Amino acid sequence: MFDQDRWQEIFSAIKQNKLRSALTAFGVFWGIFMLITMTGAGNGLVNGVTAGFKHFATNSAFVWTSNTTKPYKGFRQGRPWNFNNEDMATIRREVPGVDLLAPKLQGWNLNQGENVIRGLRTGAFNIVGEVPDFNRIDPNEMIYGRFINEMDVEQKRKVCVIGERVYEVLFDKDENPVGEYIRVSGVWFQVIGVARSLNPNVQIGGDKKELVSLPFSTMQQSFNYGNEVHFFGFTTKSGYSVSETADAVTRLLKVKHSVDPDDLEATGNFNVEEMAKTMNNMFLGINLLIWIVGIGTLVAGAVGVSNIMLVTVRERTKEIGIQRAIGARPWTIISQILTESVFLTTLAGFLGLALGTLILSAVSTGLKAAAATSEEPIFFQDLNIGLATALLALGVLVLTGFFAGLIPARKAVRVKPIEALRHE
Amino acid sequence: MSKSIIRVEALHKSYVNGKNSLHVLKGLTMNIQEGEMVSIMGSSGSGKSTLLNVLGILDNYDAGSYHLDGIPITRMNETKAARYRNQYIGFVFQSFNLISFKNAVENVALPLYYQGVSRKKRNDLALEYLGRMGLREWAHHLPSELSGGQKQRLAIARALISKPKMILADEPTGALDSQTSREVMELLKEVNQTGIAMVIVTHENEIAAQTRRIIRLRDGIIESDEVNADFQTLPNT
Repeated sequence: MFDQDRWQEIFSAIKQNKLRSALTAFGVFWGIFMLITMTGAGNGLVNGVTAGFKHFATNSAFVWTSNTTKPYKGFRQGRPWNFNNEDMATIRREVPGVDLLAPKLQGWNLNQGENVIRGLRTGAFNIVGEVPDFNRIDPNEMIYGRFINEMDVEQKRKVCVIGERVYEVLFDKDENPVGEYIRVSGVWFQVIGVARSLNPNVQIGGDKKELVSLPFSTMQQSFNYGNEVHFFGFTTKSGYSVSETADAVTRLLKVKHSVDPDDLEATGNFNVEEMAKTMNNMFLGINLLIWIVGIGTLVAGAVGVSNIMLVTVRERTKEIGIQRAIGARPWTIISQILTESVFLTTLAGFLGLALGTLILSAVSTGLKAAAATSEEPIFFQDLNIGLATALLALGVLVLTGFFAGLIPARKAVRVKPIEALRHE
Repeated sequence: MSKSIIRVEALHKSYVNGKNSLHVLKGLTMNIQEGEMVSIMGSSGSGKSTLLNVLGILDNYDAGSYHLDGIPITRMNETKAARYRNQYIGFVFQSFNLISFKNAVENVALPLYYQGVSRKKRNDLALEYLGRMGLREWAHHLPSELSGGQKQRLAIARALISKPKMILADEPTGALDSQTSREVMELLKEVNQTGIAMVIVTHENEIAAQTRRIIRLRDGIIESDEVNADFQTLPNT
């Protein structure tokens, strides 16, 4: 395999036709380069998009109410209605698939002007009511302090967790906000933590950086929501389908509130599981497309190599004839041509691989720098290909080179030595 | 009593081209002894090249038999044919047929490469054979840097290095001027003196005249097979 004479032949064959060899190799180079950059970009898209919600519980759904659209049991159509605390208890009792259940309040009517005040600093922020379980559906990391806990809800403590932007507006840089008081729509609350969402791309009830979260029960009482629940999120136990559970829940609640079971507009829900599935299918599709295009390009390159090897074999027919006349076995000739083909493809492919990963790494670094300064989320990050993909690509290359060389090699030995010698 | 190196009996060979069949060798029988020097003559189309190809196991034959050094040469796979060619036969061609990108030593050493002889050993041996051909100082030159005579001597060295039983030479002087031709013929005779059979295909009477035996072909049959009467009286001219 590595004896000098064989490599001498390979290099002399390549050297005799530098331009042609280079152009052919370029085909393979380009194929693998495309494959690598596209796979990398695809992975970057997947990484970028999923980074915004990968901590989100995928076995979850959100349910809310809308005005009814059908008259039912003596009620007119267009009736506004709300879930309430008893509904939550009923769901827990009667829908077996529900695991976590997190009722939420959305303080739409509290968003008037500069509603959050600390001393001379004020800001207009969204006010929401939360239970601790919600932090398990849509997790936050705490920059300061802690999230709302069971005791806060049970004792209706006047405490709040604020988003990053709220902290920036109301507090000095690096100031510890825990234990400080802020006034939220006229009521004083003690800050117990600053939260940063792990799923910044999922926005429920406004920008998460601009949220002031209060204990659910405290918010009901302090702002006169009675026992209203604006909407709620839940997760399913393993083995239960999210969409079936969501259907069961809405059916139950419609009966309880005298809403026509056929009134599809009266409730809305957002099924995270379905979304995740759709996303995964989309990513799968993108990957499939990338591989089809990449492999296609690679095959085109391989056909080029095969073609060039055929020409080389034809040009060297006489030389091969001489070698065979003086005792070269067919296998010697075949392995010679296969080595040349594999060498050419692997070298070209390796260069493509190297340049591809170099570009991916450069783009990743650039994006990271851009992400650090940009306010908007960037849906592209960590463009890379796994080691497995790279190794697979290399394996494909060697195989490609092998098959590209097979036809020319067979052709070379099929010519009788005597015909080869006569060839001019 | 010398042993026969080539024994051919009733050899037939046709080239089939579509529906046309061209009967080239029509039942040749001949016997060449070990260490003989024979020329095969004939005009173009007489079948002399075809015969050479069959003798060199470069081509198959249709009927009859061919024994090389007592071994029956029948239809065989290329790997086996390559091994016999390598071991028993040295080729010298009209157009030298050297590998253009290999230097003199590497060209000469090539048959040993196919035998799997180590690089150092085969290059040492190649240098020795080059020395014998007077080409030692050209050892690291490419064929394109050598004159016609030098190229043919190089080809002879290559033919000899695998210590064959016979040399098949196809118009060995066809591309050379008369002075160089004489030198090459001298060399071939010297080689023959060492006991290697020499079969020279030629259409030049001058060349044939320098061999001990002349076989004349005409239309695929042996027209005459005689010992060269002039050979004894006119050595080295």
